[in-house]
Amino acid sequence: MAGKTLYDKLWDAHLVTEREDGSALIYIDRQIIHEVTSPQAFEGLRLAGRQPWRTSASVATIDHNVPTTPFKSAADITDETSRIQVQTLESNTKEFGITEFGIGDVRQGIVHVMAPEQGVVVPGMTVVCGDSHTSTNGALACLAHGIGTSEVEHVLATQTLVAKKMKNMRVQVNGDLGPGVTAKDVVLHIIGIIGTAGGTGYALEFAGSAIQSLSMEGRMTICNMAIEAGARAGMVAVDQTTIDYVEGRPFAPKGADWDKAVAYWRTLVSDADAVFDQDIQIDAADIKPQVSWGTSPEMVVPVDAMLPDPQAENDEVKRSGMQRAYEYMGLKPGMPVSDIKVDRVFIGSCTNSRIEDLRAAAQVAKGRRKADSVKQVLVVPGSGLVKKQAEAEGLDKVFVDAGFEWREPGCSMCLAMNPDRLEAGEHCASTSNRNFEGRQGNGGRTHLVSPAMAAAAAVAGHFVDVRDL
Amino acid sequence: MEKFVRHEGLVAPLDRANVDTDQIIPKQFLKSIKRTGFGPNLFDEWRYMDVGQPGQDNEVRPKNPDFVLNQPRYQGASVLLTRRNFGCGSSREHAPWALMDFGFRAIIAPSYADIFYNNCFKNGLLPIVLSEDNVEALFQAASEEGFRLTIDLDAQQVITADGLALDFEIDEFRKHCLLNGLDEIGLTLNAADEIRAYEQRRQEREPWVFQDH
Ligand code: SF4
Repeated sequence: MAGKTLYDKLWDAHLVTEREDGSALIYIDRQIIHEVTSPQAFEGLRLAGRQPWRTSASVATIDHNVPTTPFKSAADITDETSRIQVQTLESNTKEFGITEFGIGDVRQGIVHVMAPEQGVVVPGMTVVCGDSHTSTNGALACLAHGIGTSEVEHVLATQTLVAKKMKNMRVQVNGDLGPGVTAKDVVLHIIGIIGTAGGTGYALEFAGSAIQSLSMEGRMTICNMAIEAGARAGMVAVDQTTIDYVEGRPFAPKGADWDKAVAYWRTLVSDADAVFDQDIQIDAADIKPQVSWGTSPEMVVPVDAMLPDPQAENDEVKRSGMQRAYEYMGLKPGMPVSDIKVDRVFIGSCTNSRIEDLRAAAQVAKGRRKADSVKQVLVVPGSGLVKKQAEAEGLDKVFVDAGFEWREPGCSMCLAMNPDRLEAGEHCASTSNRNFEGRQGNGGRTHLVSPAMAAAAAVAGHFVDVRDL
Repeated sequence: MEKFVRHEGLVAPLDRANVDTDQIIPKQFLKSIKRTGFGPNLFDEWRYMDVGQPGQDNEVRPKNPDFVLNQPRYQGASVLLTRRNFGCGSSREHAPWALMDFGFRAIIAPSYADIFYNNCFKNGLLPIVLSEDNVEALFQAASEEGFRLTIDLDAQQVITADGLALDFEIDEFRKHCLLNGLDEIGLTLNAADEIRAYEQRRQEREPWVFQDH
């Protein structure tokens, strides 16, 4: 019999029962809750007179709606609908006895930054959240994926999900990454190859020496964007880097439990003879810093390339998508990437707002200044703790000296539900994960890049190869 | 959940691939704490010429006459015909809520994003997968004004007015829940003893998972 993949092992360990039709009930260890996708779920519980199955399984925080300028209480949030969502989460968590890191709590932050940071999520868990980027947590060898609001309610009420086993896919990145090439470039390169639907129906394991050489932060960046490749869940096997990261985190196991946990976690790797339904090999040496040019994350090119010609695309559906994207983005095929001017820069989001990301951006910003043509550079840490750490290292000063704005933690301009947003027609160098039409503000034009590339664009006023700095 | 057994309705063709959830319902409308009322803002950025905000009177907003759902011939459409990878992007269930609230009961496409596909079933919205060729043929047919389709979930068929029937696949459990309009939470709670037994086994192996905080 063939060995098991990491996903097979996680699935087997969480199987409560299987039905004859092939669907199964799987146990959910952790649910992370935020203000946008939970109100209707709590309302559903109330209407049915149900209680949460296990309150200690859930942790909540606020992120999508919060302003990134300082505020002391919900009453300070001027947008009424945002305020109502923040207050609704406060009252729901209180009513149902769920831990919330709310306003003023240093642990508050973007759900997918907060959960690993606190050790709320540790290896071997099943993790869900009403948010597609829950895949981020897969970096800790977890089965982690987004769910809809009906499922948020289902997990609250039963601690399980009705699920069907996905297929196995592995992307191996082997060799050494070149200087200036980061986890973000790796994942954009992968999506450029397999496409935004390439991983649909699969659990996606990232492996190979280049992935193993990454820090946990880098692995989270990669798993974060598994969903942009169509895969609900992305994951990386446990190694020493994983264990070192988890040790000592507030919610992580301690004492005798810790030793027992580590012994178990070390088994959370795909067996050498495991079979994947799809196995893709990528040479790390082929990866350059990436810039997305269109309105889908697969519309991405290396920074030293020209924008692609839709006429060279054989697939008709893809070709018309590219043409539409050119129109929306106001760009022309054949243009060099470095000719794209940027109006605003956003450094943040659950893809790239951890301390390492801020260090990489600060390294480029240090001793330089934002170009006059750039209207705004926002730097938004992923959590209160990341902010504190960055300030202890003096990164905030580096940014402010460079003319960047240093903000409070939250999702911010990743999806522009709060006041941070693009004006129509503006180009933005953004470290977030989605370049969809209107994502960062109506008519806004997003280019996905790494934190170093974003800082470099802020300084130059257009895209530049960070390797040339 | 609303039952879905058999449905007959007008088809609206949306000729785009990779329609993402930010297009289906833009984020400014996610601030509601209700499940209803999203229909007027479905495809908001394509449907209206101005920037939509929650709480507006959508009746008086300038409409984009070129957008398919604004054309008189598609008024009252309840079957959405579209291209591959529909519903990619976020996990927001507001997307199926908006489609349902607008009046859609079924979608036909060659493929869907996983989370969106799953969310549809929780709300009685039927996402049907047909081959690229069949979808293309339906797009051709839909160029004729008043093109309608019948969807028979029990028989797993999409049927045209001249009796052409296209078969589709669907998961047995999901079909059963849709046909009967079942509450999935209630069904799962029937297995409460099994869930408790599982928790006990896990607790012995991985006690830290169950720690209080
Ligand atoms: S940072 Fe962006 S992608 Fe991440 S959870 Fe927030 S809105 Fe979603």
